Amino acid sequence: MKLSRRCFLSFAVGAAAGINLTPLPWKLTDDLSIWTQMWPWTPVPPDGEYTFENTVCTLCPGGCGISVRKVDQRAVKIEGMKEHPVNNGGICVLGASGLQYLYGPFRVESPMKRVGNRGEGKWKKISWERAIAEVSEKLGEIRASGSPEKIAVISGNREGTIAGLWKRFLNVYGSPNFMTPASIEDSYEAALYLMQGAKGSVGIDLENANFVLSFGAGLLEGWGSPVRMFQASVKVREKGKVIQFEPRLSNTAAKVDKWVPIIPGTEAALAMAIAHVIIREKRYVKNFVDTATSGFKAYQDIVIKDYSPEQVAEITGVPESLIVEIAREFAEASKPVAICGRGEGRIPGNVHEIMAVLALNALVGNINSEGGIWSVPKPGYINWPDPDLDENALAGLQKGRVDSAGSEQYPFAKSLLDLFPKMINEEKSYGIEALLVSNANPLFTMPDNESVRKAFSKIPCIISFSSFMDETAQFADLILPNHIYLERYEDVSTPCMFQKPMLSLAKPVVKPEHDTMHTGDVIIKLAAAIGGSIADAFAWDSYEACLKETLGNQWDVLKKQVVKVDYGFAPNPWAYESKTGKMEFVATAINKSPDSIIGIPHYEDNGIEGEAGNYILIPYDTMSLSTGYAASTPYMLKIVSDKVLYHEDTVIQVNPETALELGLNEGSYAVLATAVGEARVKVTLYDGIMPNVIAMPSGLGHTGYDDYMGNGKGVNINQVLGTVEDPVTGLNAAWGIRAKLTKA
Amino acid sequence: MEKGHNNTTTKRYGMVIDLDKCTGCGSCMVACMQENNVPFKKDETDKIKSITWLRVYKLNNGKPYPDTEICYLPRPCQHCSGVGDHGHSPCVSVCPATATDYGMDTGIVSQIYTRCFGCRYCMAACPYHVRYFNWWDPVWPKGMEKSLSPNVSVRMRGVVEKCSFCFHRYQLAMDRAFFEGRKEIEEHEYQTACTQACPSKSITFGDLNNPKHAVYELKQSPNAFRLLERLHTNTKVYYVSSKEWVRMAGDNYLKDEHKEMARAKG
Repeated sequence: MKLSRRCFLSFAVGAAAGINLTPLPWKLTDDLSIWTQMWPWTPVPPDGEYTFENTVCTLCPGGCGISVRKVDQRAVKIEGMKEHPVNNGGICVLGASGLQYLYGPFRVESPMKRVGNRGEGKWKKISWERAIAEVSEKLGEIRASGSPEKIAVISGNREGTIAGLWKRFLNVYGSPNFMTPASIEDSYEAALYLMQGAKGSVGIDLENANFVLSFGAGLLEGWGSPVRMFQASVKVREKGKVIQFEPRLSNTAAKVDKWVPIIPGTEAALAMAIAHVIIREKRYVKNFVDTATSGFKAYQDIVIKDYSPEQVAEITGVPESLIVEIAREFAEASKPVAICGRGEGRIPGNVHEIMAVLALNALVGNINSEGGIWSVPKPGYINWPDPDLDENALAGLQKGRVDSAGSEQYPFAKSLLDLFPKMINEEKSYGIEALLVSNANPLFTMPDNESVRKAFSKIPCIISFSSFMDETAQFADLILPNHIYLERYEDVSTPCMFQKPMLSLAKPVVKPEHDTMHTGDVIIKLAAAIGGSIADAFAWDSYEACLKETLGNQWDVLKKQVVKVDYGFAPNPWAYESKTGKMEFVATAINKSPDSIIGIPHYEDNGIEGEAGNYILIPYDTMSLSTGYAASTPYMLKIVSDKVLYHEDTVIQVNPETALELGLNEGSYAVLATAVGEARVKVTLYDGIMPNVIAMPSGLGHTGYDDYMGNGKGVNINQVLGTVEDPVTGLNAAWGIRAKLTKA
Repeated sequence: MEKGHNNTTTKRYGMVIDLDKCTGCGSCMVACMQENNVPFKKDETDKIKSITWLRVYKLNNGKPYPDTEICYLPRPCQHCSGVGDHGHSPCVSVCPATATDYGMDTGIVSQIYTRCFGCRYCMAACPYHVRYFNWWDPVWPKGMEKSLSPNVSVRMRGVVEKCSFCFHRYQLAMDRAFFEGRKEIEEHEYQTACTQACPSKSITFGDLNNPKHAVYELKQSPNAFRLLERLHTNTKVYYVSSKEWVRMAGDNYLKDEHKEMARAKG
């Protein structure tokens, strides 16, 4: 049979139509998608029994309750714990991505000893026995040489049993050098002590306030306990108003009722001017001021003489009429409160500014009263017997601290970590033979990175207890990795800025992933290995036993319900612990001579470092970038805007007017230079920033961890930021630094 | 037909997001990614290629300093119902593989990965850019696969993915209800991961048809609006803002159009 063209075509068309009537094409597309998708490397997560376990998040000092969802022994999700007094079911980005720390490849999997040069990244795995033997030998040697003061601990834990064990260890060893990374809490505590004699921490009863004046506090940028602040600021706004003074339209400034731009570092002057209007118009709560305070006359004189709204308008850039209007609104509100602190509060700040803000609160009578600023007693559950100190220890403790905290110059400071590099580099103090770093990453988080690195290079032995290969661990000689927070017990006391005494217990929700050990256990083992009076001071078998004994009958309660709050607590607004029993407008503890103003709230132009005439560089914080010990997780970096980080470049915010002056456009590259250092950055034009001010994100520029955790992404702001010593506390008061910006 | 779909027993799950409360913190995004096994790469700064089922956009009023205002807008899949709630959402209408479908019982637009062969018609059709294509196989750094949830399948190269309103949570809640001898679930039993995580409680989730659910009232606020309403996509994500410029940012208007009037007309 001959196949004609016509016949062929009819056959082809018929066949096509026929095939389309069968399920074949649909089956083929279906199969096609299946064939191209069934790869053996696509993970299929194993199923199992679902459970939830409650614990506490200790990634920041916020103290949120978390519920960890587990599938058999795997943790698959972290959620906010329902009805928790701090976060009430909410969670922040850091907490929500916590599992990435647990399962990340950047964890230190076992004790490590450096084999190459420092920071070279060559390590040898060693056993725990060996690691503890090496550290105890080293520490034993230093102690035997007769200078036990030459060891120091940098601890991310400020309170609680871990901090307690470290302090006890140093004490019996003979070193006074327990240092903690500084924060706004230190300055608040110093101010509370100076004005009220209070030895507690600061609590802000924000939930009950209805008018908040925030002098730069990043309520929505991670200040205090972030999730609580988010919820509290919504609550305040439902009842009243929040006003934000800040040089930049931050998220806080954008979401509150009014943003008032202010020249960086002049917040204290503004607080004084508001006080001026309140006093001038006699709007202050006379009853409180007359009965519960002292020194009002001297404060009033300064406020009236130097801080009229016209004078201050010039300093701060805030219009005179606006100052008057805000002052009146503040005084008239039924529950007003003023707070301060920059961004998330990593920089301690100027104590006089906090005093000025506390004085403003005193004028409206909300110190220690509902909706105001409270002093909250420190937890008193650690009652260990005093250890016996041998002669060696007593001699070491006489030497004074390496960071000059508690010295004649800075008697009120408990720790001045930011001064530590300077004391070492300028040889103003004795050297340090061994530095122990626990739960902290000073090589990343401290301002003027370069000088910190230089100081650390002079320390012959650095021991890190980090769970992660962070910058400090990379630079260490030995790493004794801790369990991460989801794998360990830990007591957590009252969170940052929380107004009621609170105690919670973090407990292990998963088994340790790696060959790590609880730092608490390591301290106990080290003490035993060193022996003598040091071993005697640590009679516990393990950290768990120590914690159990310390918490006593609270152990079982906390294990079950995670958290316990003293809801009945209310401080007394009419009695203070100061010598006069009053809230002191003139802090008698430091104001020795009547002409001095050092004990009186006032404004000092010392917040900005560097030569005048240049632009002011300020750091800014965002929830999606972690600036502390824990680096930003891959999920956090994923949600960072491309106007903050673009590929490998940090993006800085510049007002379009300033950019025009400098010949910079959106996306231009520029070199940012300060007295401390230089950085190449990308520019974005942002209308929400004052002209002549440059804002740079903090939390970028890691060189530790791995590529997923932001290694090599952006510039660490601490390369260009410096420190300014507060004249009273010695804490870092730098709000920013003067900088030059040139087109690259 | 239309009546049948709109009767009260049909659920229409949706959201009301209060933009006055949203702080742009990103908790919803991270909670979503952890819940739904969303992958991540070493560099996620190229936002077009960055898979985020829920993305928070930053809007501004376009005014210079110091009158600048900013507002954040979280954008999950809008779960369009189409005109008359017939389920003719832009993506469902174009999918040649029925890989995306409209759930008549819940109002949720599904995405079935094993059916998708990656033609990306749906991505072109979606006016909200909620759909993302997997250009690469997802790779988890060593060990991190351990945190993957078995409730959501991991997607592979060549398929499109998007927000499912955490549909697996609905299934788990319904299973539990059946097990306990109930036919229906309470409002709190089914909440999306983003709703649950939001620290400022700006997201409310529930059945838009059910007067007992909070969203029923909230969506009727005079300040409520939806995105690109004039396309008649009939979305199920409502936004609330007290600021006019924010409400106007939800749609496109001609220069001389009377904006609030146009918005009201839809």
